[in-house]
Amino acid sequence: MTTTPVAEATKANLNRAGLDKAAYKGSKSTLCAGCGHDAITNHIITAFYELGVEPQSVAKFSGIGCSSKTPAYFLSRSCGFNSVHGRMPAVATGALTANRQLIGVGVSGDGDSASIGLNHMCQIFRRNVRMLYIVENNGVYGLTKGQFSATADVGSRQKGGALNDYEPIDTCALAIELGCGYVARSFSGDGKQLVPLLKGALSHNGLAFIDVISPCVTFNNHDGSTKSYDFVKEHDIRLHELGFVPHYEEVSVEYDEGTTTRVDLPDGSYLTLKKLERTYDPFDKRSALSTLAASRASNELLTGLLFLDENRPTLDQRMKLTERPLIELTEADLRPGRAVLEEIMETYR
Amino acid sequence: MDTTLNNFTIQVATVNGSGSQSANLVLLRSIFNMGIPCNGKNLFPSNIAGLPTWFTIRVDERGYACRRKDVDICVAMNENTIDADVNELAPGSVLIYNEALSYRPRREDLVVYPCPFTALAGKVTTEPKLKKLLTNMVYVGLLQELLGLDPVAVEQAVQKQFARKAKAVSLNLGALKEGVAFAREKLTKRDAFKVERRDLTAGKILIEGNAASALGALFGGCTVCAWYPITPSSSLPEAFIDLAGKHRHDKDGKATYAVIQAEDEIASLGMVLGAGWAGARAMTSTSGPGISLMTEFAGLAYFTETPGVVFDVQRAGPSTGLPTRTAQGDILKVACLSHGDTQHIVLMPASVEECFTFGMEAFDLADRFQTPVFVLTDLDLGMNVWMSDPFRYPEKPFDRGKVLSASDLERIGKFERYRDVDGDGIPYRTLPGNPHPLASWFARGSGHNEAAQYTEKPAEYKRKLERLARKFETAKSRVPAPIVKNGGDGEVGLLAYGTSHWAVLESCDQLAALGVKADYARLRALPLPDAVEQFLASHRRVYVVEQNQSGQMMALLRMHFPAHAGKLRSILHYDGMPLDAATVTEQIAACEKESAN
Ligand SMILES: Cc1ncc(C[n+]2csc(CCOP(=O)(O)OP(=O)(O)O)c2C)c(N)n1
Ligand code: SF4
Ligand SMILES: [Mg+2]
Repeated sequence: MTTTPVAEATKANLNRAGLDKAAYKGSKSTLCAGCGHDAITNHIITAFYELGVEPQSVAKFSGIGCSSKTPAYFLSRSCGFNSVHGRMPAVATGALTANRQLIGVGVSGDGDSASIGLNHMCQIFRRNVRMLYIVENNGVYGLTKGQFSATADVGSRQKGGALNDYEPIDTCALAIELGCGYVARSFSGDGKQLVPLLKGALSHNGLAFIDVISPCVTFNNHDGSTKSYDFVKEHDIRLHELGFVPHYEEVSVEYDEGTTTRVDLPDGSYLTLKKLERTYDPFDKRSALSTLAASRASNELLTGLLFLDENRPTLDQRMKLTERPLIELTEADLRPGRAVLEEIMETYR
Repeated sequence: MDTTLNNFTIQVATVNGSGSQSANLVLLRSIFNMGIPCNGKNLFPSNIAGLPTWFTIRVDERGYACRRKDVDICVAMNENTIDADVNELAPGSVLIYNEALSYRPRREDLVVYPCPFTALAGKVTTEPKLKKLLTNMVYVGLLQELLGLDPVAVEQAVQKQFARKAKAVSLNLGALKEGVAFAREKLTKRDAFKVERRDLTAGKILIEGNAASALGALFGGCTVCAWYPITPSSSLPEAFIDLAGKHRHDKDGKATYAVIQAEDEIASLGMVLGAGWAGARAMTSTSGPGISLMTEFAGLAYFTETPGVVFDVQRAGPSTGLPTRTAQGDILKVACLSHGDTQHIVLMPASVEECFTFGMEAFDLADRFQTPVFVLTDLDLGMNVWMSDPFRYPEKPFDRGKVLSASDLERIGKFERYRDVDGDGIPYRTLPGNPHPLASWFARGSGHNEAAQYTEKPAEYKRKLERLARKFETAKSRVPAPIVKNGGDGEVGLLAYGTSHWAVLESCDQLAALGVKADYARLRALPLPDAVEQFLASHRRVYVVEQNQSGQMMALLRMHFPAHAGKLRSILHYDGMPLDAATVTEQIAACEKESAN
């Protein structure tokens, strides 16, 4: 059998699921040109394509906002649920409990997660639902035209000049505090960092939370904003250089043990964290929290893997849930027999 | 002295948290064990301990089960309420009171039996806490003697109540004996109330509505329960947790159900919808304030066509209202819960048996119609003890509705989530995780076309709303139909739903005795089936009996059947207490008198 060069070239673009990158795209984005959210969408597509995830096994979730629209723009072969403002975590918790084989991806905004949905976000950290949770953080409500959100920094100015003097909510600090086992922060413009973080998140057993600074070019990209492209570029301090090696990779990857830490993930994949200027230990909860607090005080934006703990039980594990997805259980599994009803009736006689 | 046999009410007035509930249940079950129909209602405060609480038992061998307002036998154990409790008694009633209270009898027209309950309990134990609890069993002993309760029936009830825990059983039997002995030695029976063994409760059960609803959820195949505690709903999910814990395990002992105590009712419904979208049978349970919080999600469920079951055990509102008192005040809100043109399937059980059957049916309807289904009960049904025939094992298999598998898709070759293929308004759905390339779709609360794509096009949006309306048209013939009891001549009709049923049943007989002959239709579900219109059409005057102030069901009837609006009249009851027959009869009789003039 002979293969034509054209067919070969196409084949070279297929991932281990036999799909090309186009299979991971969604419908055309309707966001403003240059919006950070679109860049994140592309990084999500890259991560899923490169990992060779079966799109049909993914379930996408979101709340309401420009950011929450984006699940329509990636993985069109996956089912998705665009829910109500702030409540994505609840919907995702229900769906992923009902079918524990789904790969859950939630996309939310800073308004969606840190304002109206703050409670739900905090609770999903506590419950440790197995999913990837992304906050596309632009410091404002994009969809309602630029009001401050609860992640806006003190001293940050709105486009019209209004000053924010309320303390910001640091969603990553909350995540670490409340028991989330995979916490990262990144920047929509830094695919080199974000893509490995996304891949690592998909190998994590539990909730993986990534706060991605994602500038709103229309309402929060001016001088005086702390979520603008320029501000982020000036203040971004990468904690380490990230690499991801998937479990199915046969060739072992060379790294310098003196400067690089290997972080093993439950499915056999691992992250490599190459030291940059600073020393940072993502396994130490207290130092992670104090480093984050210090960075806020000094106006630094620390990005990278902030915290990792693979030993926390997930919600499914805590509930001692059967291995089979609940949705596959049939009447025979679920409806107790006649004798059981009779026995129960007897207790009421 | 005449005897009043197997037909009286007992009211025990105690202090919340004093442990009287066990004694009251023993008393109730003793009568039940003697084959005499009875039920018990707990009128309790919103308080953990210290405030007054009343337990009422209605014994009635004719089987009437609603509350009777008048008290025949009052057991007064509460210092703080005894004056008011006594004042409310009609002449000839029996007053049994605890001599340890400072109360001294002032009424001559009552049959009064003072009893040193506390001192008698002291003969059984000196431990103060235990003594307080056992004091309650002493009045059961006293009543055993006075009413002529069969000692065997009482002992069986004690055994059952204390789950055969030997020490508790023997202490309680001891206290009981003290009551019996005191009555025998120190009291002379001067009242008319007596019980006599019958054979009317054989095989029957005594159960609370919330436990029955939870059984419905268990046998209905519920796998995900998300809830947030609230009176009077909490005992429903708690019963489900208990039942599922016993009866839902795989061969490795792992749970084939999930219960999540959510952070609020918003999240509860969100979790239910996530689970329903994924293909599970999911439920939540709440009361009025929780329903208010669920509003936005209810609309999302309606519009995205996502199944889920919501039990609403109604209490008296608005706001916190009377959290431990009953009402039917949520029907109007639930009927169209959310903003925009929303409507819901609502089931309205009247009995514990219907809590069970509708509890199951709700999951079938939610799956069939891909929409949230609300099961509206109330505190009276949910938290009180009702006598019932035992629940029959369901013969109907689960109806999982129109779900397409990968092989279905392969065969059909195309899929559009919101296309009305069958003309019944119900589209087909796929579940996330379905491996077929055609399976995926995106659920969204924003406008969408048949292919589930975003749209703002006027015609597409309108088409969606109209198809949803068609779906509810189909639902009319699938929800439980009204049950009509004929007794009239086409002049007067009564309409009621839920727990009002029991008062209306008795009221029908009372009215007939007054010469008012009426047919009675009990509504059991929304959307209102066509039979409701036929009932309205075939009567000159229709009284709508309900437990709220504004005539909510009547408003719905007027909205749906404007041609008959003029013949509807509201019979209302809204003081937080369970509805009694006299309240219904008096109002209707007065209206009928007016119509006659
Ligand atoms: C209950 C409710 N309140 C208000 C709104 C209006 N609303 C839509 S999006 C949004 C804010 C979105 O902000 P964010 O989550 O940061 O998303 P972004 O648009 O910035 O990506 C608001 C307030 C709504 N949709 N629902
Ligand atoms: S308004 Fe801002 S957040 Fe929304 S799409 Fe435009 S740039 Fe993005
Ligand atoms: Mg935002």
